[in-house]
Amino acid sequence: MIRATDISKRYGAVQALDGVGLDLPPGEVVALVGDNGAGKSTLVKAISGVISPDSGQITMDDRPVRIGNPHDAQALGISTVYQDLALCENLDVVANLFLGSERRRWSVLGHIRMERATRDLLTQLDVRIHDIRVPVAMLSGGQRQSVAIARALIGEPRLVILDEPTAALGVEQTAQVLDLIRRLRDRGLAVLLISHNLADVRAVSDRVTVLRLGRNAGEFRTADASQESIVAAITGAAA
Amino acid sequence: MSTTTMNPPRRPYSPKQAIERARRGDLGAWPVVGGLVAIAIVFGSLNEHFLSPENLTNLALQMAATGTISLGIIMVLLLGEIDLSAGSVSGLCAVVMTILNVRQGWNPVLAIAVAVAAGAVVGLVQGLLFTRIGMPSFVVTLAGLIGWQGLLLYLLGERGTVNLPFDGFVAKLSDTWLPPWSAWTLALALTGVYGGSLLLSRRLRRAADLPVGPAYWAAVRAGGLALVLAAAVLVLQADRGVPLLLVIFGTLVVVLDLVLRHTAFGRWMYAVGGNAEAARRAGINVTRIRLLAFVLSAALAAFGGILAASRLAAVNQSSGGSDILLMAIAAAVIGGTSLFGGRGRTYAALLGILVIQSITNGMLLLNVDSSVRYMVTASVLALAVAIDSLARRGSAR
Repeated sequence: MIRATDISKRYGAVQALDGVGLDLPPGEVVALVGDNGAGKSTLVKAISGVISPDSGQITMDDRPVRIGNPHDAQALGISTVYQDLALCENLDVVANLFLGSERRRWSVLGHIRMERATRDLLTQLDVRIHDIRVPVAMLSGGQRQSVAIARALIGEPRLVILDEPTAALGVEQTAQVLDLIRRLRDRGLAVLLISHNLADVRAVSDRVTVLRLGRNAGEFRTADASQESIVAAITGAAA
Repeated sequence: MSTTTMNPPRRPYSPKQAIERARRGDLGAWPVVGGLVAIAIVFGSLNEHFLSPENLTNLALQMAATGTISLGIIMVLLLGEIDLSAGSVSGLCAVVMTILNVRQGWNPVLAIAVAVAAGAVVGLVQGLLFTRIGMPSFVVTLAGLIGWQGLLLYLLGERGTVNLPFDGFVAKLSDTWLPPWSAWTLALALTGVYGGSLLLSRRLRRAADLPVGPAYWAAVRAGGLALVLAAAVLVLQADRGVPLLLVIFGTLVVVLDLVLRHTAFGRWMYAVGGNAEAARRAGINVTRIRLLAFVLSAALAAFGGILAASRLAAVNQSSGGSDILLMAIAAAVIGGTSLFGGRGRTYAALLGILVIQSITNGMLLLNVDSSVRYMVTASVLALAVAIDSLARRGSAR
C-alpha cells in the first residue's frame, strides 16, 4: 500500500497543497477529482517525483520512502502516463513500449524478445492493434492511449498514475481505455486516475478522493456515493 | 494462439493498402525508383552514350564523394536538424589530409585518419554550440560554412592548389578496380548473407511464435538484391570493373543502416528526431545523441571530401565549395529522408545521389547550359521536399 500523508507545498504566495493525504491500496482504482487549481496535479507531481513537497511523508508498506526525482519514483515502481502520452510517433509500438529500456546485448537490439513481450503484454491487456509494427502516428487516439498505458507497465510497477487518460477520446475509445484501467486493477496494481469527467470516474473507480483549494474535501466509496454528493464536495456547496 | 489471430502476419501491401498509404504521402522508395527509370528512359533516348558502361562507371565514381557527405547530412536530418557546414568541412579536411600527406610527407593512411578526426572535432564544436548554448543548428553550421571555408583558404595559402601524386595511395583510391572474380564473390556473398539473415530471422520469429511473412516474399527480396547486384557488376565489368570507391561508399551505407536499425544508439536517434521530450522522459541522454549526430555528420563530410580529393588528385580553393552541399542535402531529401526528423534510412543517400548525379550527368552529356541545370536540380529538390511536407501533413492529422 502506498500512502501519502500530510503533504504540503507552497508556490510563492499560493498554498497549493495544505496537509493532503491519499491512500493507494493495491488492486484498487482511486480517482482524484477537484476543480481547476484544487491541487490535483501538484499532488501527482509530488508522488511521481517531479516536485519535492515542503513537508509530508510518502510511505510504501508503512516504510517511509524518499522521492526526489522521477527516476526515484520509477525505481520504487511508480509509473506515470502523462496527458500528452510522450510517445514517439515515428516509431512503432514495440519501439515505444521499450523506449529507453530496450532489451539489448552489446547494444544490439533484441527485436524478437521485445516483440514477443509486446504481444504478450497487449494480449493480456486485451489491447487490439492490427499491426504493431506501423508507426504509432497511424494508430487511433484510443490505441495510442493504450500503448502509453501498456508502456507504463514495462518496468513491473506497483502504482500507475493516469493523468486525464480519456480527455481527448471519443465514446467508444473511452470505453476501451476504461476497460484497460479495470484490467490494470485486476492485475493487482494500484491505479491513481486524475479526471475531470465524473461519468468516467463513476464508471471505473473504487474510491473517489476530492481535493478543494489544496485540502482534502471528501472521500467516497464510488458504489455508495451519488453524483450530487461528489459535485457538492468539489464545489464546496455542502460546506 | 490468440496472438496470431489478433495480429495477422505482415504481408506485402495489398493494392488497397498501397493506395491508402500513397494517399497519406507514405510512398517509400517507389517515387525515387520510378524517377530513376524515367531519367534512364529520357536521357537514354536523347543520348546513346548515357547508358553506356563507361558513362555509368563514371556516374558511380562521381556519386561516392557527395554521397558520403549526404550520409552525414542524413544523421543530422534524422534529428530534425541541419548541417550547412558539411561542404566546407569536406573541403577543409581534404586540405588537411593533403597538406599532411604531400607537404609534411606523412603516411597517407595516418593523414586520412587525422583529417577525419579533425572533422569529428569540428562536428563536436558545432554540436556543443548547438546543445550547450542552444544556438539553432542552422545558424551554428551557417557560421561553420563560412568559417571553415576561411580556414581552408588560410591553410592553402598563396599557391591555392596542392596536387596529390597520381600514383600515391590517396589518388589510387579512386583508380582501383575490383578484379572480376572478387566483384562476383562480393555480390554472391552479399546476396548469401542477406538471404541467410532473412531465413534466420524467419526461423527465430517462428521459434518465438511471432507471425512471419510468406516464404516467397523472402525469396523475392533476396532474388531482387541478386538481380540488382548482378546487373551492376555486369555493366561495370563491361568497362573498367567495379570501382573501389563505389564499394567504400556502399559499405558505409550498409553499415550505418545496420547501426541505425539494430542498435540502441540508432533507435535513440530516431526517438530524439521523433519526439525529443518523450525521449528525454524515457531516460535517453538527448544531448549525447545530438552531439554524436553532429560528430558523425562532420566526420562523414571529412571522409567524403577526401574521396573527392582522391578523384581530382588535388585540392584547391573551391574544394568542398559550389553546389556540393546543396547536392548532398538534396540527395538525402530526394532519397526519402524527412527534413522534419525521425524518418529516413541511409539508403536515401544512395538513391538520392543516384537521381541527382544522373540528372547532372545526363544534362552535361546533352550540353545543357548550367543555368538550366541549376533550375532542373532545384525543381527536383523542391518536388522531393513537397512530397516530404505532404507526408508529414498527412501523418500529423
